Amino acid sequence: MSDAGRNAMQFRDPARAARMAALLERVVGEIGREPVSVMHVCGSHEQAIARFGLRAIFPRALEVIMGPGCPVCVTDMPEIDEAVALAEDGIRIATYGDMLRVPGTARSLADTQAAGAKVDVVYSVTQAQQLAAKLDEELVFFASGFETTAVATAAVLLGSPPPNFSILSAHKYIPPVMEIVAEMPDTRVEGFLAAGHAATITGSAIFERFVERHQIPVVVAGFEPLDILAGLAKLVELVRDRRPEVANMYPRCVTREGNRRAQEVLWKVFRPVGGRWRGIAHVPNGNLRLRDEFTRFDARRRFKIDVSRLWDYAPPSLAHSCICGDIMAGIASPSSCPLFGRQCVPDNPVGACMVSTEGTCRIWHQYGGQLDLRDKDERA
Amino acid sequence: MSALRIAPDAKVMLKHGAGGRAMRELIRQVFIGDAQPPADGGIGLAAMDDGAAIRAGDQWLVMTTDSYVIKPAFFPGGDIGRLAVSGTVNDLSMMGATEIAALTCAVIIEEGFARADLERITASISAACAEAGTAIVTGDTKVMGRGEIDGIVLNTAGVAFTRRVVGDCGLRAGDKVIVTGTIGDHGLAVMARRHCLDLDGELLSDVAPLNGLVRRAIEAGGEELIAMKDPTRGGLASTLHEMAQKSNVGIVLEGPRVPISASVQAAAELLGIDPMHAANEGKAVIAVRPGAEERVLAAVRSHPYGRHAAVIGTCVSERPGFVILDTGFGRRLLTEPEGELLPRIC
Repeated sequence: MSDAGRNAMQFRDPARAARMAALLERVVGEIGREPVSVMHVCGSHEQAIARFGLRAIFPRALEVIMGPGCPVCVTDMPEIDEAVALAEDGIRIATYGDMLRVPGTARSLADTQAAGAKVDVVYSVTQAQQLAAKLDEELVFFASGFETTAVATAAVLLGSPPPNFSILSAHKYIPPVMEIVAEMPDTRVEGFLAAGHAATITGSAIFERFVERHQIPVVVAGFEPLDILAGLAKLVELVRDRRPEVANMYPRCVTREGNRRAQEVLWKVFRPVGGRWRGIAHVPNGNLRLRDEFTRFDARRRFKIDVSRLWDYAPPSLAHSCICGDIMAGIASPSSCPLFGRQCVPDNPVGACMVSTEGTCRIWHQYGGQLDLRDKDERA
Repeated sequence: MSALRIAPDAKVMLKHGAGGRAMRELIRQVFIGDAQPPADGGIGLAAMDDGAAIRAGDQWLVMTTDSYVIKPAFFPGGDIGRLAVSGTVNDLSMMGATEIAALTCAVIIEEGFARADLERITASISAACAEAGTAIVTGDTKVMGRGEIDGIVLNTAGVAFTRRVVGDCGLRAGDKVIVTGTIGDHGLAVMARRHCLDLDGELLSDVAPLNGLVRRAIEAGGEELIAMKDPTRGGLASTLHEMAQKSNVGIVLEGPRVPISASVQAAAELLGIDPMHAANEGKAVIAVRPGAEERVLAAVRSHPYGRHAAVIGTCVSERPGFVILDTGFGRRLLTEPEGELLPRIC
């Protein structure tokens, strides 16, 4: 086994996990009310929770809500429309596979591709750039992802990408959306589990101002089962002790300052602007757009994108019943959606949450549709 | 559970051949229709078992057929010839018929296929037959134009006699589930070769005829050996689901006890594939009454193909038709693969 493999296995020790789960149970018990509600904001956290069956051992009184942790899912319809309109104008689009089936107002990129448009699936921005170098035509990379992925996009633009290469940025920035969720009038969130990989870039310090403003603790956690259990145990301790603080439970990767070099690269290329996140709200500073110095690589300024022709369209009736928005805002779970697992499946998704492998509905579907085995097991 | 009713204008998709729920629905709706079970108490199409059983005097004639398409035709640990013999021998063995009377072999070849490759395949067929103690007694050869078929397709059918037919249902709460060795080897070896991953050498298909191993299991388990099934397409996950659904029991699977080799585990993590969804071609899942598991396990382990066998699960009355995976950390439902397994590359 590789060193990386051995290291990962250290954080998959069931005996230590059982002790951690007992600690979690005890602390939640000491809080003495229910539910105690915390939110994670990362699809990879939900993936790990689902894969290892952790919901079955969470304390009954602990509610772990899935937040807006999937960059593909929160890509708004107008952003998809921009890519669709470009593709319909004959411009070649390269993007991540997950983005293909995300519904736009009238069509998805996959629909457009089926109708003959040039859409390529790539696995990285680097691959998109290499593709552009081989082509005699314009190539637009439809870029999605949170700050972690945005750094990779930025690094390519700071290199010397080919002149026929440009970016349609749908990149999103996580910290501002936590403010939105914390300020929602009916929010139940008492603490946040922050994504370890994003924090390797931003550093844990990024959450300090948030904690001060909202008096809600934030714990940075990794993605192995022990990381998640330890992160949750720390989080409920902070809730119990009424200590709104930032705690870094992923110190093997995350520092307080983060990766300075990556931050420089990110902010040299991108600036935060306000914009809608699908299903959530307008998020001030939640979208990453190219700075003026990079205008020549900005597809929005390089091409005239006319999305208005996509608006004369009645959305399919099923879309009215989709509750992806509520799921991403953390106020509903897939099991309360009438379409989930019936009309809405990965092969034929109605909402964006069923499209991406980071989407809550897709994850729940992948792991059997019902993630919380606590209730039934006790009755059994 | 909602039935996946297939609309009359629908098309057959790859997922309908992937061994999961979509395939079973297609077979049920299109091929079985209202076919009735045989009047002699035998096993027919409607049972959707590994093969059929027809009464022949005081014995049962067991028969099965299977077609083999695999890309590439030669893969680490085996080839399409060994696969075609093993697959059919194993289907008969899973019904308790371990003395294989004879096999047939039909082959459809694409114009331009290398004769040397064909000879390698037939040599492999002969070797696998010798190992299983049987022979090909009749066959058929067709050649199709270039592009009309992809390389080579084999079909084998097999017949065997047995005094006791073992089905793939009849499990009760408390019964124990055994797997005869490491899982996912075939699926991951073929996938790694197909996607040119540099993991070859460590990953080998487990393709093998299992009648010898199964004979020992049946001798040890006797009437307490209840059901058998080979976890081919759809992997261990689909096999356990089928057993749970047909028997109307839940199965609690102890994840950490499921034997998985380190190289399969590593390749599976890399490709984003669950080894429980990956195909096996030399493994059996055996259900026994409680108390018989150690006896059967010891018999299976005494066979070279069964060295890594383990008791992996228990049948329960809760959640009939479902498989509950105890991950060692917590519990969740195990799902069946949907459609072709596609590696994640990122």
